[in-house]
Parts: sequence; structure tokens; C-alpha cells
Amino acid sequence: MSVSQPPLDSPEIRRLTPVLAPGHTYATVTDKIAAIVLTRPVSLGWLAGFGIAFTMVMVLNLAVGYLIIKGVGIWGINIPIGWGFAIVNFVWWIGIGHAGTLISAILFLLNQKWRTSINRFAEAMTLFAVACAGLFPLIHTGRPWMAYYMFPYPSTMGLWPQFRSPLIWDVFAVSTYGTVSALFWFVGLIPDLATLRDHAIGKPKQIIYGMLALGWRGSARHWHRYQSAYLLLAGLATPLVLSVHTVVSFDFSVAIVPGWHTTIFPPYFVAGAIYSGFAMVLTIAIPLRAAYDLEDFITMRHLENMAKVMLATGLIVAYGYFFEFFLSLYSGNKFDVFLVQQRLHGPYNHFYFALILCNILTPQLLWFQKVRTNVAMLFVMSLIINLGMWLERFVIVVISLTRDFMPSAWGRYSATFWDYATFAGTLGLFTMLLFLFVRVLPAISIAEMRELVAETSEEHK
Amino acid sequence: MIEHRSHTYGVVGEFVTEHELIHAAEKAREAGYRHFEAYAPFPVEGLSEAMGLKRNKVPLITLIGGLCGGLGGFFFQYWCNVYSYPQNIAGRPLNSWPAFIPVTFELTVLGASLSAVFGMLALNGLPQPHHPLFNVERFSKHATSDRFFLCIEARDKKFDLADSSRFLQGLNAQHVTEVVDD
Repeated sequence: MSVSQPPLDSPEIRRLTPVLAPGHTYATVTDKIAAIVLTRPVSLGWLAGFGIAFTMVMVLNLAVGYLIIKGVGIWGINIPIGWGFAIVNFVWWIGIGHAGTLISAILFLLNQKWRTSINRFAEAMTLFAVACAGLFPLIHTGRPWMAYYMFPYPSTMGLWPQFRSPLIWDVFAVSTYGTVSALFWFVGLIPDLATLRDHAIGKPKQIIYGMLALGWRGSARHWHRYQSAYLLLAGLATPLVLSVHTVVSFDFSVAIVPGWHTTIFPPYFVAGAIYSGFAMVLTIAIPLRAAYDLEDFITMRHLENMAKVMLATGLIVAYGYFFEFFLSLYSGNKFDVFLVQQRLHGPYNHFYFALILCNILTPQLLWFQKVRTNVAMLFVMSLIINLGMWLERFVIVVISLTRDFMPSAWGRYSATFWDYATFAGTLGLFTMLLFLFVRVLPAISIAEMRELVAETSEEHK
Repeated sequence: MIEHRSHTYGVVGEFVTEHELIHAAEKAREAGYRHFEAYAPFPVEGLSEAMGLKRNKVPLITLIGGLCGGLGGFFFQYWCNVYSYPQNIAGRPLNSWPAFIPVTFELTVLGASLSAVFGMLALNGLPQPHHPLFNVERFSKHATSDRFFLCIEARDKKFDLADSSRFLQGLNAQHVTEVVDD
């Protein structure tokens, strides 16, 4: 069954664009989503995509292996630019993760029905992005096998971590975020795993899904407690997601480096995180719905709503850029003023201009409904915004570190082959995990889709 | 007359819509059944009320877990910095509590989330790989997909296999089956 697109110029019809195409029953949503995992044969496209991603993961293994042998000297970092790609990529990845939590937790609390068909894979995206993010500070320590030093454990030296340092806050924030995201994702999966257990053909699948489903049988008493737990998790994840990127921004803003030491960083980092995260959700959703015929579930309404969220958060980010700029000039602090000049005229100004183009100018096209409902345009736009948000972190990290207080301490930074290889490797890791995810777990929450069927049939009465 | 057997878990009936299930749950309560359970493939609105379920303990467990995480987190940092290894860093007070807030906050959320999930699972008695209802073929096939079930359990004082089966059939239940625990 295909949904005919309503005429775009009619607001009345547009309002009625459903979050679920009509005609679905409990059985059809179950069968259609479960079939992707259980009965659909492995396609050539999937194998090709997985193969490319897997190759990139091998590149990551090589890059990290070489790093462990040689040390961080293989990267382009130096003194004064000790952070480089590792921290740029860390902030970029962790930011991407945030949209998943926003969709699953905040939109759940706000009772937004359209979140239902995108929350599952957005949560998966969060987990995989956090995995990629966590890798960077770990390997950036230079001796990743000593990373446990950052956790408080009773050592024979009698030492404890420095709890007054944002870097330790980061350890707690990111590990809590990873744990809570995984819990939230798993709790959401339990009823669907039970569905897969009951529909799977063949013992191995039944046993694996059966163990993961924990014996879920849909009892009303279980659902009662389940819903309490899910609501509480959503309520807990909401401040958590805001706190995580706030803490990440503290890594910068607690330092006195020009361009970092501003109070606008926490909200502007959070908005930027959601901005890039929604861009990544679109980057994944658009090929996913095409490849697995999910247009009934991920409708134009979803894509358009996500485009609107991108536009809104993009404007907040633009506001952040403007005030960063304005306050530097208004403060009269000569180092801050100098940094603004460096962004506009310094050796890395092309990055700054590219950032403005990608993050502020291009997304203004989203004001037009024709763009918001054009799948190809949205896909390209989402890639541009992802690039723009990466450039933002590059500008923040590199321009400030290459031009701090003393001209004698100024320097230059350029990434090496191994920097690029590591970054490309994490892109491969992320993609490979997503490819595996859509094959072995339901990419859309089946139980929540049934709820949506119940609610929409109620409305039609 | 079917004889009451000791290893009977109960009797289960199948419904096509959630409204029928809610109706059946209400009727079962009115008829004086206390040990019965409704099964649905998604959380049905109004079912908890129909079954007379009161507030559950998950929020309380979550609150306790959150408090333990938060207080434990804060006082652990306090103990480290004030007693275990006091260090004068730029003249800051040893108990520089504002700097302890981020970790305290994260551990509050962590404690609360872990308690919410594991508390919910423990109260639900999960993981529980086997359940008598899984012996019912139609239950295994449809309970997690598109049908709604009501099971009156044998431990109910009012339970009688024949009477309870007839009661479910009277509520328009289909495929009323005895559930055998083997």
C-alpha cells in the first residue's frame, strides 16, 4: 500500500498527513516490521554496504593499533595544539548521539506521536555514536590501558581522581550517558524481542531472542510497572542529555583560553548537539525507509518535523555564533577581540566561512516547505549540516589553541593520514553497527506502533 | 464435567480487541475473581484501572536509587577531598562543593535509572524463561502480536475449570483453553 502525497499547497491536507499510513492493523505492523529481521533475505545492497563499513573498521583497527605501538606522535597534534582531531571528533560524535535521546525521551514526555516510528533507530544511533565518541578521549590519553586511572578506585597509591576537573566530570557524564542510553534502548526493546521470539522460525533464533526477551509475556501487571519505569527513564534521560553536552562544553569554557571562556557555551553546545543529531537521524532515516519500504511508518510528516527541528536548533546555533562574536567585541578584552579577527582573517578563516555557509546559510532553505518535503534535498542538507557541525568543533578547538595569549606560543595544526584514518574508521564503525542493527533487531518499535494503531483507529471512530 | 486437576494453571480466553479485554477484566472483577491476569501486545489504556491495579513500587525504588546515587556520589567526593587525600589546589576550600555537583548529578541519574530498570524487572519477576501460558499455542503465537488474552488462574478461590471456562465464553472469548503447567 502506498501513500499518495497530498498536494503540498494545501495546509488543511498537510495537517492531516498521518504519522502512520491508514489501513494498518496490529498484525500488519507486527508482520511488516518483524519480517525485516526474520524473513527478509540478506540483500546485495546490504552486503555491499556492510562490506564497505567493515573494511573501514579494519582501517580503524590498523590506525588504533599503530597508535598504540607508536604513541600519539603519529597524529598532527603538537604543543600548543594538544587536542586536534581526537577532541573535535569526540565532541562531534557525542553531539550526534543527543538527538536520539531527545527523540526518545523529550518527545515522549511531550507526547509527540510522530516520534514513535523513529525513536528506536535514533536510540541505536545514540548508542553507536557514544561508542565512537568514547573511543577518542580513550585513545587520546596515549596510554589507553591506563584509562582506568580516571575512575575512582582504591589504588595502592591512595590517590583519587581530581573531582574539580571538567575532564573527570566528562568521564562520569559520558559513561552515565552511555549506560542510561543502553538501558533505555533495551527496556524499549523487551516487548519487541518477545515478538521476535514468538515469530522466529528455527531454534537458534528462538533461543537467542527468547533469552533477550527475558520471558516477557505482555501481562497487564508487567505493562503497568513497565510504563512507570519507561516514563521515569524518559524523565531522567531528559536532564541527563542536557547535562552531558553542558559538561562537554565545560571542558572548554572552564579553561581561560580565548574563544572558549564564555558562559554561552553550555546552551549553544546543547543546541548544536541536537542540530547535528537530527541531521544524522535524517541521514539514516532517508536511506532506511527507501531500502526497507518503510514509507508507511516513516512518513513525510516525520521528515518534515525533523527538518523543522533542524531549522529551529540551527537558528539557536546561529544566535550562539552571533553572541559569541558580539560579546568578544563588546567585552573589549584584547585577546577575545584578536580571536574574532583570527577567525575572520587568520590562517583557518576558510574553515570559519565554510562553517557559516554550512550551518547558518544553507539551512535557511528549510523555511521553504518545498525543500522540507523534498527527500533528496533533505538528505543533502543533512550531510551539509553534519559537515558544518564538525567544522564548528574544528574552529573552536584549533583556532583558539593556535592563537592564545603569547605570540611565542602560537602554532599551526594540520591533520596527518592517521588522523583521517581514525576518523574514517569511526564512521565505518558507526555504519557497520547500524547495518547489523537493522538486520537483527526491529528498527521501529513494534509495540509502540500497535499503540499508534489503537490510537489512530480511535480517532477515526 | 471436567475434573479439576492439580497441575492446571488456569483457563485462558482470547479477545480480538482491547475494548473486549477491558470489558472482560471488569466483569471478572465484578464476578469476584481476584487472581486473573490480562495479556496485551501493547500497554492498553484503561486496562490497569479495569483490573484494579494500584500504584506500583517502581517510582519509590527509583527515588531511593537516585538518592543513594546522589548522596553517595557527593559524600564520596567529600571524603576523598577532605579526609582521604586533602590537597590545596589554588587555595580552594577542600570541600569545594560546587565543583562536585556535576559528578553528583550524573550519579543521581545513574542510580535512579539502574534502580528503575532493575526494580521493574525484579518486581515483574523477570527474567523468567518459562511460563505455563507459553504451552498454549495460540498464546505464544498471538499474545505478542495481535490478540488480547485473559487468564483466570487456578489459585483463585472461585476458580472452577468448567465454570470459569463458561464465564469466559460468556464474555465473548474465543478459543477458551485450559492452561496446563507441566
